Amino acid sequence: MTETLAIQTPHVGHASEPSAASGSAPQHSVVFDVRDLVVHYGAFTAVREVDLKIHPNEITAFIGPSGCGKSTVLRCFNRMNDTIKGARVEGTVNYRGVDLYGANVSATQVRKHVGMVFQKPNPVPKSIYENVAYGPRLAGLRNKGELDAIVEASLRGAALWDDVKDRLKSSALGLSGGQQQRLCIGRALAVQPDVILMDEPCSALDPIATARIEDLMQELKAKNTIIIVTHSMQQAARVSDRTAFFTTEVNEANDRRTGVLVEYDRTDRMFANPSDARTEAYVTGRFG
Amino acid sequence: MTLTINDLKSKKQYADKSFSVIVLLGGTTILVILAVIAYTITNRSTDAFRIAGFKFFTGQKFVPNGTPPALGILKYIFGTALTSLIAIVLAVPISLGLALYTTQVAPQWLKKPLVALTDLVAVVPSVVFGLWGIIYLAPKITTLYKHISDLCDGVPVLGSIFGKVGSGRSFMTAGLILAVMITPIITSIAREVIETCPQTDRDGALALGATRWEMITGAVMPHSIGGIVGAIMLGLGRAMGETIAVALVIGSSAAITSNLFSSGDSLPAVIALQWGEANATAKSALIAMGLTLFVMTLVVNFAATAIVTRSTKRMQGAA
Amino acid sequence: MTSVMDQTSSPAPVPSNELLEDLVGVSGRRRTKNAVMTGLMFASVAIIAIVLGFVLVTVISKGWGIVHTKFPHWFTDDIPPTARRVGPGMKAAIVGTIVTTLTATVIAVPLGIAGAVYLNEYGKRNVFARLLRFLTGVMAGVPSIVMGLFIYVFWVLPRHQEGLTGLAGAFALACLMLPIVVRATEEMLKLVPQNLRDASYALGATRSRTTLTVVIPKASAGIISGCLLAVARASGETAPLIFTVSVGASAVHKTNWNVFSGPNTALSLQIYANAKETLASAQDRGWGAALTLIALAFLFTLVARVMSARLSKKTQ
Repeated sequence: MTETLAIQTPHVGHASEPSAASGSAPQHSVVFDVRDLVVHYGAFTAVREVDLKIHPNEITAFIGPSGCGKSTVLRCFNRMNDTIKGARVEGTVNYRGVDLYGANVSATQVRKHVGMVFQKPNPVPKSIYENVAYGPRLAGLRNKGELDAIVEASLRGAALWDDVKDRLKSSALGLSGGQQQRLCIGRALAVQPDVILMDEPCSALDPIATARIEDLMQELKAKNTIIIVTHSMQQAARVSDRTAFFTTEVNEANDRRTGVLVEYDRTDRMFANPSDARTEAYVTGRFG
Repeated sequence: MTLTINDLKSKKQYADKSFSVIVLLGGTTILVILAVIAYTITNRSTDAFRIAGFKFFTGQKFVPNGTPPALGILKYIFGTALTSLIAIVLAVPISLGLALYTTQVAPQWLKKPLVALTDLVAVVPSVVFGLWGIIYLAPKITTLYKHISDLCDGVPVLGSIFGKVGSGRSFMTAGLILAVMITPIITSIAREVIETCPQTDRDGALALGATRWEMITGAVMPHSIGGIVGAIMLGLGRAMGETIAVALVIGSSAAITSNLFSSGDSLPAVIALQWGEANATAKSALIAMGLTLFVMTLVVNFAATAIVTRSTKRMQGAA
Repeated sequence: MTSVMDQTSSPAPVPSNELLEDLVGVSGRRRTKNAVMTGLMFASVAIIAIVLGFVLVTVISKGWGIVHTKFPHWFTDDIPPTARRVGPGMKAAIVGTIVTTLTATVIAVPLGIAGAVYLNEYGKRNVFARLLRFLTGVMAGVPSIVMGLFIYVFWVLPRHQEGLTGLAGAFALACLMLPIVVRATEEMLKLVPQNLRDASYALGATRSRTTLTVVIPKASAGIISGCLLAVARASGETAPLIFTVSVGASAVHKTNWNVFSGPNTALSLQIYANAKETLASAQDRGWGAALTLIALAFLFTLVARVMSARLSKKTQ
């Protein structure tokens, strides 16, 4: 039923990734199609049986109490779980028709299409310019003029250009926390991703810096699909089009917690009229 | 019963005070010892400096029992610099490889054995490396040296670096042994520095589509470079000061040459080897060499500290 | 899963060929570089393992013979007075190494621990403590041969021949150990949580009492482990002993338990002296001494490792 309510997005003309979408746009009304996703860390099951679809040019928020597996699921979308030793992923994550965990699919290539911004701003201890130019350089871009253009465009995209245009060569670590986080968004934009994953991007920031990032997300929506993990229900309600609520189920036998997806719906409906009692308890603040 | 001011005064004040004086004295010994080292060594060196003047550092002849005595140590300074340079050139890539493999590549179960391996190398006393170098390595490695020498014969630059092969006791052999000895020092510090690189920084690079190697060069190295340079400098300081292993395998015939396969001599080696038959002037000159070596290692260690401090500051964003 | 989205209604999207191709692989050049670099990293592990293996195998295979033939004479006989004589006897050097190292430990460990206590519990970040911390670094960088020269000039020279004793060697070794002990101890004291100290102060304990009964015992395993590593390092040193315990590395053959008088010898000195000999009889004793010294140093290190492993288990 939610399908019918989906916002009719003008659709997928990803200026950023012409090779990815041109020609077959109408088929991609779904960016990610996740089915039966289970993630294990060693013998421990972090999250199980997740099914959901991520829609293009929307902001999808993942909320839930800590340990509910929302970050774990997020890290499946760009295969960052590959970097954790002992992590095992079952089920399928379909990205625009390609099984991300299929044979031959390269995790490093996936990450060019699906960028990520982390909880703690993590610029490298190099200049602002070098931070943004890093991704394009990896892709083999050496031309100074093109790099300059990409750096400017990305920093403008991240609403940071005016702050830093006179000190591109100075250390990125000299920026404030909010600026650093916007730099990290700019760094992600520089590789022209289709999707941007954000793992609690504002949790280390003050309210003003948070507001700027939230505004930025609305701007980015025009070209990108965004998935954000947040511990703040208010933030989810403010910025997202859809919300997925995760929670933990405790296995009585071994007292192990496993994350499950409880409800996934349009944000306004989820907060106004949740269909699951657990969601209602969470969004009304009676739990979590 | 009323509380008087005397109840609040410590009865143990005397014991407490003397304890703090004892630990302060313990700390001060370091200052005192260093001061005494500097004073006594400098004091005993004055004879040599008076005889040779500035020629002590620039002269190439060292004949302390001649009339007049010739006290030039340039050849030994050259030997110390050259062997340390060879050691650094060989040890740095291996140490970084070891540190990076241990921290970034190796599976969890392999990490501890790899750390233990590096530590084991550090435990082997330098004189044992010397013994192995002189009796086992030097005679065997001449064959390899001869091959390299033949290959490079007639080639400009390379021909003069890899020149005529002597007994196997040479700058190169000394450099090789030193490289093995300083590898655990550089590796363990580099490993510690690299491990402080936060996972989020590494994730940041990976999330941009970097391969593991690109993640290492793009995120781990910029984070760790200051500490690694410091580690290398400490290794260099250690290589310069190493005595016995070098004394055994360097060949003890002072020379300034570009040929790495030639015998040479180094400051600490000549101090150890000539001490036995040294007269008063020679002893003064050998102690002055010790002073020279002390100052050289001091400079290197100061530079190491300065580099590390500066890079730590830079990391904190005070650019 | 209450209102999870309808799965069946939408057809599976068909990926564009470009996307499929793009997701398949990193460019060959980058992948190759990654593989080559990983290979080189592994190669450095292999190189160091092979070199260590070579050294250990050589020392054990060449040294084992003389140590175990006519057992236990290697440990009970004095060193043969001439290099030419075949056979065992290394007692003088084993005793010499043990007594000089032990004496050095007795000197350096209390001083080092006191110094570290000053730095971490008293001086903290004041100017003098910072100066001392800096000087500890400087002292750790002083070449071991310079320590030997220093003790020669400062201690041996004024006493002429009587100055050459195990004690003089121990002084030189203690100078090498001191900064290592200070650093290791300070690191361990730093790990003691502040609330333990506060708890002791709250009970009315003085600073000295808190340090002696709470802080140092808490850090003791780590301190002992650090000291043992310093002992392992000192027991293998040669250069500081050349000028301080005897005239020439091979002058002493007889066992001397007395550190305070008479020249002495050490395993490291015997290795050094015999390494310069061309006679097989002497070289054999050199290998035997090397095996004994490595075994001793490994033993110290092993005990230190076990202690620090216990420590980390306890604090977890």
